[in-house]
Amino acid sequence: MKLVVNGQPREVDVDPEVPLLWVLRDRLGLTGTKYGCGAALCGACTVHLDGRAVRSCVTPVARAEGRAVTTIEGLSEAGDHPLQQAWIRHAVPQCGFCQAGQLMTAAALLAEVPAPTEEQVDRALAPNLCRCGTYLRIRAAVLDAAGAK
Amino acid sequence: MTLDLSRRGFLLGLTAAGLVVSASSARAAADFAPNVWMRLAPDGTLHLTCNRSEMGQGIRSAIPALLAWELGADPGRVVVVQAPGDPAYGDQNTDGSRSIRTQYESLRRMAAVGRTVLERVGAAQLGVPAAEVSCRDHAVVHEASGRSVPFGALVDAAAAARLPDAARVALRPDPPASGWDLPLVDALDWVTGRAKYGADIVLEGMTTAVLVRPPVLGARVATLDDVDARAVPGVVDVVRMPDWSPPAAFQPLGGVAVVAEDTWTARRAAERLRVTWTDSPHDGASWAQDLAAMREAVARPGTPRRTVGDAEAALAGAARRIEATYVVPHLAHAALEPPVAVARRTPEGCEVWASTQTPQAARRVVAAQLGLDEAAVTVHVTFLGAAFGRKSKPDYVAEAALLADRVGRPVRVQWLREDAMQHGYYHASAVQRLEAGLDADGAVVAWRHRIASPTIGSTFDPDRHELRDSELGQGLADLPLDVPALAVETHPVQEHVRIGWMRSVYNINHAFAVQSFLDELAHARGVPLPDLVKALYGPPRPFGEAEAGGPISNYGAPLDAYPVDLARYHRVVDRVRALSDYDAAPAEGSAKGFAVHRSFLTYVAVVAEVTRGPRGEPRLQRAWVVADPGRSVHRDRVRAQLEGAVIFGASAALYGHLALVDGRFTADNLRDYRLLRMHEAPRSIEVEVIAEGDAPGGVGEPGVPPVAPAIANAWFALTGERVRELPMIDPLNGRREA
Repeated sequence: MKLVVNGQPREVDVDPEVPLLWVLRDRLGLTGTKYGCGAALCGACTVHLDGRAVRSCVTPVARAEGRAVTTIEGLSEAGDHPLQQAWIRHAVPQCGFCQAGQLMTAAALLAEVPAPTEEQVDRALAPNLCRCGTYLRIRAAVLDAAGAK
Repeated sequence: MTLDLSRRGFLLGLTAAGLVVSASSARAAADFAPNVWMRLAPDGTLHLTCNRSEMGQGIRSAIPALLAWELGADPGRVVVVQAPGDPAYGDQNTDGSRSIRTQYESLRRMAAVGRTVLERVGAAQLGVPAAEVSCRDHAVVHEASGRSVPFGALVDAAAAARLPDAARVALRPDPPASGWDLPLVDALDWVTGRAKYGADIVLEGMTTAVLVRPPVLGARVATLDDVDARAVPGVVDVVRMPDWSPPAAFQPLGGVAVVAEDTWTARRAAERLRVTWTDSPHDGASWAQDLAAMREAVARPGTPRRTVGDAEAALAGAARRIEATYVVPHLAHAALEPPVAVARRTPEGCEVWASTQTPQAARRVVAAQLGLDEAAVTVHVTFLGAAFGRKSKPDYVAEAALLADRVGRPVRVQWLREDAMQHGYYHASAVQRLEAGLDADGAVVAWRHRIASPTIGSTFDPDRHELRDSELGQGLADLPLDVPALAVETHPVQEHVRIGWMRSVYNINHAFAVQSFLDELAHARGVPLPDLVKALYGPPRPFGEAEAGGPISNYGAPLDAYPVDLARYHRVVDRVRALSDYDAAPAEGSAKGFAVHRSFLTYVAVVAEVTRGPRGEPRLQRAWVVADPGRSVHRDRVRAQLEGAVIFGASAALYGHLALVDGRFTADNLRDYRLLRMHEAPRSIEVEVIAEGDAPGGVGEPGVPPVAPAIANAWFALTGERVRELPMIDPLNGRREA
């Protein structure tokens, strides 16, 4: 199967029903995308398909064929996406495990809605759990990054 | 002296280091390494060791900062090294909110050894007396002449010098009690996906295992048909795990492992196993039965644990009697990263990479399971995708080691979310009946608190069924009530699952019952709760065991160094009241609730503001937190822990619920174990930290206990409906439970 991941063409020999998450992690070595629930309940596995946020743990890899897959490793070249910068400015992460998913969800939101309201941020990020409880800093960082654009 | 930990410098330091480099792996002979905590290279690069696990509390940013400060080092030239599990690093169990508390002095002592040597050899090079130099900005400086020599240039001389006695070395004057504004050394790795957690470790030839564990604790495999599982392409082996006998402790739970070339194959094949199980003594157990038994128990006298005067007589003679029973169910850690560990058998032993809070216990368990000397086992600590106490129980690490031994290839054991929900160590449920006797003037003249709650001791000794002193010591034995007659009584509880510590532990149960009951008393007497608390806890004084009428375990700390200090209670109460404008009339449709609790030697008062949500359910709108941890190191992480504690506490209050049916919990994913989400998070959390003391208290846990009662008390103020059983919201329909 031919995939384009973070702009790079990749070829994998894999059952088309395998969730994209496990292809990214176990086959392509892109471990920034996390497994948290396997059922689209926590958002830790969020990646972009053609710029839209999807939960890769329930997305068969076949659905990614012919579409641009972007993972946290491809969000920016040097970790300097406005959201990544805002995340560091606000010292958002605690354990950090959910943050790749949070960032990918937030990046898809800002690509679609460059200046979201607080309510839009809340709605967009509702699928992403953070057990450490960094929600308020995430909210502030997204709004900050949006304003800084 | 200020500490300038430039963000850029520390970030660069970490990026160069990587997390799983062990402290001993790269020691060059030319370096100055007076102990395991520091290694100075001739180019000035300073490796500083973090001996505790990073699980969201920012310890990898705090410990090296403290060491660097004591050394007079430039944080920009520091590389943080994560220690593997080894007693050489002291106690590494990252648990009990004590990484700073118990190491504040000892870490500085270790750094001071290095600083003293650098001062001596630096002074010799400058030709001045050692007493006239100091370490600053990564150099030994002679202030009088303005001359200095950089640390790197002193490496050879320092490495050859005799080391001073760590116990007698002079420390610098204490750092500021309020700590410093420090960056996060791991921030860039966290936002780029580069940080390596347990599951991110990849070894040559590695396989992945998914296990099917006994559905009820104590059951064993009766029959196994693995034909279909083995037929799945990519399956390497199917392994029957060893059975175990009580106590559960940190033993693997048994069952059957499917080892495969990748995670998805292991999971799919595990679903194709056909396993039948032996009977377990816990087969018929249910929360409904246990709850009824615990309610029945607390109606009766129990084992006396605190006795002041004659509470029975004082209650009987009281002009007015108020009583209420409170229920907290079992709770799950639900860290977003399920347990995971990687192991490989080596010719001489075993090497492990694990998301663990306790690499030393993991090492012991692996050595025991494989019949190895501990010295033959290496445990590397990865980043933890949070932990909350679950990852200080290394059963999953032992699974990986056993399988690597059997399969002959490296094995990663990946717990699925369902495994984590079904086979955890659970926060203890509790049923608590509180009774107060009031005299004709409304003063409290009698207090009785009866509790039925399983002990964590049952996990380590199957004959233990009653709360231990260290468990009562979490907010009940040390509750400073200034009441002439008082009784605390416990009842044994038969447990059916592994009970383990979860963030804040028994404080969650005790604070919910006590702070809710105090609110009931305050309303009965028509006084504001903060006033009632201050009056009932009594005037500023150290509260000791004689007054308590029983032992105070005090988190293992001496009461003279860490007294139960009423002045500090009063201060956080007064401060949160002012900060939250608690006494002002609430906005239409909202109300505030208050609670205060001391745990892990830190005092925290919380005010919660709630409204009704769209389904009539409680919504936390705003929160105010005032904490007095005595001292802090990393100012922003203290605030972050307190912010996170509000969310953690609110999840427990609003949704936390596990129901046992037929010996197993019904929840198996985050659909039915709900956690607060972004749109349910409060609009604001205002945190004030009072750090003006001598001795540091805990930070990671103390913020949680007051949150649930503050929310419940706010709900009563809003609706007149008293919450006596958690959670407040039915996790399945999102409504307030009747």
